[in-house]
Amino acid sequence: MSSENFDVKYVAELARIKLTPDEIKTFESQLANVLEHVAKLNEVDVAQVEPMAHSFPIYNVFREDELRESLDREAALSNAPRQAHGLFIVTKVVE
Amino acid sequence: MEITSLAAHEIQALIRAGKISPKEVIHALARRIEEVDPVIHGYLSHDVERAIAEAETVDVNLPLGGVPVSIKDVINVKDHPCGCASKILEGYVAPYDATVIARLRAAGAIPFGRLNMDEFAMGSSTENSAFGPTRNPWDTTRIPGGSSGGSAAVVAADEAFAALGTDTGGSIRQPAALCGRVGLKPTYGRVSRYGLVAFASSLDQVGPITKDVRDAALLMNIIAGSDKFDSTTLDEPVPDYTAGLEKGVKSLKLGLPKEYFIEGLDPQVERSVRTAVAQLESLGAEVVELSLPHTEFALSTYYIIAPAEASANLARFDGVRYGFRSTGANVLLYHYVKTREEVFGPEVKRRIILGTYVLSSGYYDAYYLRAQKVRALIRQDFAKAFEKVDAIVCPTSPTPAFKLGERTSDPLSMYLADVFTLAANIAGICGISVPCGFVEREGKRLPVGLQVLGKELNESTLLQVGYAYEQATEWNKPKPQFD
Repeated sequence: MSSENFDVKYVAELARIKLTPDEIKTFESQLANVLEHVAKLNEVDVAQVEPMAHSFPIYNVFREDELRESLDREAALSNAPRQAHGLFIVTKVVE
Repeated sequence: MEITSLAAHEIQALIRAGKISPKEVIHALARRIEEVDPVIHGYLSHDVERAIAEAETVDVNLPLGGVPVSIKDVINVKDHPCGCASKILEGYVAPYDATVIARLRAAGAIPFGRLNMDEFAMGSSTENSAFGPTRNPWDTTRIPGGSSGGSAAVVAADEAFAALGTDTGGSIRQPAALCGRVGLKPTYGRVSRYGLVAFASSLDQVGPITKDVRDAALLMNIIAGSDKFDSTTLDEPVPDYTAGLEKGVKSLKLGLPKEYFIEGLDPQVERSVRTAVAQLESLGAEVVELSLPHTEFALSTYYIIAPAEASANLARFDGVRYGFRSTGANVLLYHYVKTREEVFGPEVKRRIILGTYVLSSGYYDAYYLRAQKVRALIRQDFAKAFEKVDAIVCPTSPTPAFKLGERTSDPLSMYLADVFTLAANIAGICGISVPCGFVEREGKRLPVGLQVLGKELNESTLLQVGYAYEQATEWNKPKPQFD
């Protein structure tokens, strides 16, 4: 576990965030510190440990697939920055 | 005496007895906010007219009939703004009630105002709010804690009777401690998160910040329980949390974990906490030392798991379905990139990037998977401890409230503010912070919190310990003086 390969600009792009040159510089050193700190986990012997995604052993909660009330279309669209004809409007994807 | 200084159960008793109307209560609250909130800045907004309209039809005989309860800006209240103190949600109006809000309404409470917080609950000081920090009523040059800093500050400054906060790594307990009030983080799954804007889904819980332990119990009676809209809620009966308050601590065995009394713990804070523990002993509790050996790895585990989950949860803020949308992008990719670049604050960007990195191909095993394994060990520590003791007692925060600006340039030092609270979220157990004294800094008295941690679904024991301690001491009585 090392932060050597941590390319903040590249990772930000993966997360769909663009950074200014100043942010790249600041975040690089701040996050390098954090990564150095979390490298502490290398000290723990986890060879025999099962990973735990959340704290209780509850998996697969099922329910009947039944019709029930939900937000109506108008309410669901009410916060959209752009909408028309009952649809969200997105920026062009293909020509 | 100003009625706004009363606890929720006290004001409810007056309302029920017909001594004051819900409308008068809301007016008094509005006056208090006008008087003190320009200094404290705990509210992002509040709508007095709407609250009064709702008060007209409320049944005052319900458990919280007519009592305004103030709400952290991360919980959806129908027709109120819900912005997570972020510019990306500016203008968003909630189209539905969160389950906790529906339950508050069913108990007669009036959801009131939007409380300041760190943007998307990421932070320990409320300085990451896009709308300016909240100030600690005990010393307005200091932070109130975070991320539910607005919730804790308004309860401490008597500009709320009680509040809801959320706790992902200490965000209820730490600000409650730094503002000298009571804060309870329920067991993971005890309270529904339907309608809560998600930060880290395996850690988040909603809980109360209140003036006394009885109010915390009362609010838990209302908000706890399974919910068909949140499949992570536990299908377990909800006890009457107020019923066991007076049981005392005589039959209880409390554990003092040595890993929580370490370098970095302020000596005066340590003294307050040790005195409180001695007092619980004199009230009849048996106190034993114990060890939670993986405590030192909690911070690292948390700062892998929480950002990882946040990076996925915050992908939904893309400027399409709600919130801010950048103009000028002519292709979808740039639309996303510009929208997120322009309005996410620095801490949110940092955590999304960190989370994306620890989940990315080639690093997943080294970081995220390893953290999930250490998480199992941390949980095991607590499980073993709770075989021997009924609850664990320790400090809530290693230091009293620090100065505004003191830690903003060094994220790691900010993260250390939660070093004693985050293990409870990682393990999914419950915890409460109750006031246990003051330390003096620059002529000001700053509150200290005692943290009591309990086994999953054992909130009753925490409330029982907190209540016994509160009854034997006066630490929740003093009111902050500020100009």
